[in-house]
Amino acid sequence: MINVTINGKEIQVPRGTMLLEACRQAGADIPTFCHDPHLQLAGSCRMCVVEAKGRWNLLASCVMPAENGMEIETESPSVVEARKIILELLLARHDLSCHTCERDGDCRLQDYCYRYGVKESRFAGEIIHFSKEDPNPFIERDYDKCIMCTKCVRVCKEITGAEAINVKDRGHHAAISTAFDGNLADSTCVFCGQCIMVCPVGALTSKVSMGKGKPYQVEKVLTTCTYCGTGCTLELNVKDDTVVGVSSNRDERYSPVNQGALCVKGRFGWDFIHAEDRLTTPLIRKNGELQPASWDEALDFAAAKLKQIKEASGPDALAMFASARITNEENYLAQKFMRAVIGTNNVDHCARL
Amino acid sequence: MSNYKDIIASVKDTRGGIIEAFHALQKEYNYIPAEAFREAARVFKLSEAEAYGVGTFYSYLSFEKRGKYIIRMCESAPCHVAGADEVLKALENHLGIAVGETTPDGKFTLELTECIGQCQVTPVITVNSDPIGNIDPQRIAEVLAPFK
Amino acid sequence: MAEEKRIILEYADQINPENAGEYIKVGGYKGLEKARAMSRKDVIEEVKKSGLRGRGGAGFPAGLKWSFVPEAPVKYVVCNLDEGEPGTYKDRIICQKNAQAVLEGMAICGTAIDSTKGYIYCRGEYPYVVDLLNKAIDSAKEAGVLGDFDIEVRMGAGAYVCGEETALIESIEGNRGEPRFKPPFPGVEGLWGVPTIVNNVETFAALPYILSNGGEWFAGIGAPKYPGTKILTLTGDVNNATYFEVPTDYNLRDVIYTLGGGIKNGKKFKAVQVGGTSGAFIPEQNLNTPIDFDSMSAIGAALGSGAVLVLDETRDIVDVVTRIAKFFEHESCGKCNPCREGTFRAFELMEIINDGLGNAGDLDTLKILGRVMKNASFCGLGQAAPIPIQSTLQHFEHEYKRKFL
Repeated sequence: MINVTINGKEIQVPRGTMLLEACRQAGADIPTFCHDPHLQLAGSCRMCVVEAKGRWNLLASCVMPAENGMEIETESPSVVEARKIILELLLARHDLSCHTCERDGDCRLQDYCYRYGVKESRFAGEIIHFSKEDPNPFIERDYDKCIMCTKCVRVCKEITGAEAINVKDRGHHAAISTAFDGNLADSTCVFCGQCIMVCPVGALTSKVSMGKGKPYQVEKVLTTCTYCGTGCTLELNVKDDTVVGVSSNRDERYSPVNQGALCVKGRFGWDFIHAEDRLTTPLIRKNGELQPASWDEALDFAAAKLKQIKEASGPDALAMFASARITNEENYLAQKFMRAVIGTNNVDHCARL
Repeated sequence: MSNYKDIIASVKDTRGGIIEAFHALQKEYNYIPAEAFREAARVFKLSEAEAYGVGTFYSYLSFEKRGKYIIRMCESAPCHVAGADEVLKALENHLGIAVGETTPDGKFTLELTECIGQCQVTPVITVNSDPIGNIDPQRIAEVLAPFK
Repeated sequence: MAEEKRIILEYADQINPENAGEYIKVGGYKGLEKARAMSRKDVIEEVKKSGLRGRGGAGFPAGLKWSFVPEAPVKYVVCNLDEGEPGTYKDRIICQKNAQAVLEGMAICGTAIDSTKGYIYCRGEYPYVVDLLNKAIDSAKEAGVLGDFDIEVRMGAGAYVCGEETALIESIEGNRGEPRFKPPFPGVEGLWGVPTIVNNVETFAALPYILSNGGEWFAGIGAPKYPGTKILTLTGDVNNATYFEVPTDYNLRDVIYTLGGGIKNGKKFKAVQVGGTSGAFIPEQNLNTPIDFDSMSAIGAALGSGAVLVLDETRDIVDVVTRIAKFFEHESCGKCNPCREGTFRAFELMEIINDGLGNAGDLDTLKILGRVMKNASFCGLGQAAPIPIQSTLQHFEHEYKRKFL
């Protein structure tokens, strides 16, 4: 263990602990854009800089291991000055249409500008505009709001493994891009939307939820995705008793299976919930027409038919085709039912197709 | 046009050598054709987005078709004080193109560059990386004559 | 004094740099032979004794850097030949005059840190130097002098930031040339994750002479705390704009007036920028300063790469600094916010001022922006980019103000 003094408070941390962690442990609130505990460190946004006694420059706390005897100030005049100027530099290139932004109220740039009283930028020069054109149904890419934290690039590579996007060009002209600025649909993008999950501002948002509710207007209901047996946790965003979107819960305690990561279906495929033609009861065909029935009715009907076929034509006249949307345990029961109750090995599963 | 696959294959055993591949392609074509780029990404096991990020980072690499002769005018401070601006204007007039453009006959592309390390003979231009120093706006026609 | 002292360039133009045999005839590869007969620890001690400090600009003691390298099955020696600092061409000159000394220096480092593989990262602007080095390596291999030490030349592609050692490593690995955070330092975790020593061409080229003549001999030359010689490249408004090798206690005024032959066309001196485009502008009153690292630091300047740009009395210093600001805007890698956005806005502000549209508020903005870039940027590029602006605001603020309408 080593000793570090943070804002006058001495604490002990294991050797190798990053200053960011140490500062948070000491109760200091350190702002970050590019830091994400699930991704490789970048150290690039420089919002987390702190002042260490005896150092000529500020230290990026997310990538600087604490050293024994370090004396750290997290809100010294030069730290605050640096953070304010960085925010002003970002504002100078940022499309400040917060009133129509999907992330209004849940935006780190807003939060930090509020925290440091940054009302406007003194850098009033050229703004480079990027095209929003990307005709995919899921991900809105508005790089006029991008702050170049590169979390989207890292999550695409490190968690999803798609490597569909990267930083292109350099300096002020650098931007997030697919190869040759192509559309996401023509890239290796799988539309998992993990990039939306990690974006700290409104640069990447869901087209499916657009205009349906701001972050503070929706209630987040923790649930399990029904699309497959993996059991990913997700949050249904509910406004006026209507699901308007899906967001990630990255807390391991609530989302032990996926830690917030989802696939295209889980993140964007929730429109069935309120679909007009969604089945809400079992249907039994009577006189050539499907008619609503109760579950008891439907199950009795199915059981009777299975019995009847087995008796008339033998167990091998029956087969079960199970679904990946149910769990492994349920699939186990399904095959057990076919073998032990019906007496046939005619069992298959959609995941084999 | 020689086969880009052979060009890439000739450097394929160079560890992390995609930049070497890009150089080799540019030596042949003066730019990196998209098809060849995709092959290089494949050979060096990079996603296309990653390889594109690498290729666009370096100012000597280009994904756009360029002329047979790439003229670069150095505009760094030592060349600047030696009159690079006037030389650049003279080059633009002589070639009839602006910086970043290629002559209609596909012969010359005019680019700007930062210091090319020939500061004993400022102002300096390069023609396909060969430096030519002590450029005088009056001398442009003479200097470029061998490339016509 | 006021004379050159040639160690690295002693046989310039007298031997063919490609030919190992010619180099051996003038005493070449003796240092390596000696190093191989010594223990690794003793080689490092000898280099420490010489006081040799990195010639790329940071001035870090070479022997100390080597001593941090841990034991590992694979280690690399990397030679930084990415000299992109405008006004600098000393590394090219060293290669074109004495390439074998660079190879020998790398092999000496290989002996000291127990590495058998070296890379030379040559900037993309020097394809002819790449050809020369490849021939020089072939010749040295043929002569058998490198033993089991292998050297491979890699080429940059027009990115100043790759002169930063971790960005250089990224580039050799085939990535975008963006710097890595430190620690871990390359000496512990460098190229492909293994211990790697990155030194400048000039640092490596000094090693053969240190080993063959002894560390003490080298420590006795020039400034005691930054001993040896330094190769300077003189540009701008001087009569004799060329390169020189001088002892490190050489006086800046003598660089301009003795070696440089004074200001061109009988004009008067206005300012000199030492250390390349990222260096400080120095006014007349500070000219009587030795060029060594610490003396330069004491007047708020830096020896840096050893480039010296002289401006005469007629020069528009704001215009020159505007051009320099464009350089940094062009070369910022874009990774960190202060540098990516800061170099862009600094250039914008300089253009406004240079065009006569500025005001005192713009100077205040430049000052605070420069301070934040220096304090908070990721690497040396963003940290140094404001220096030309800051130093001219310090010494030549009246020239800025004169531009205001």
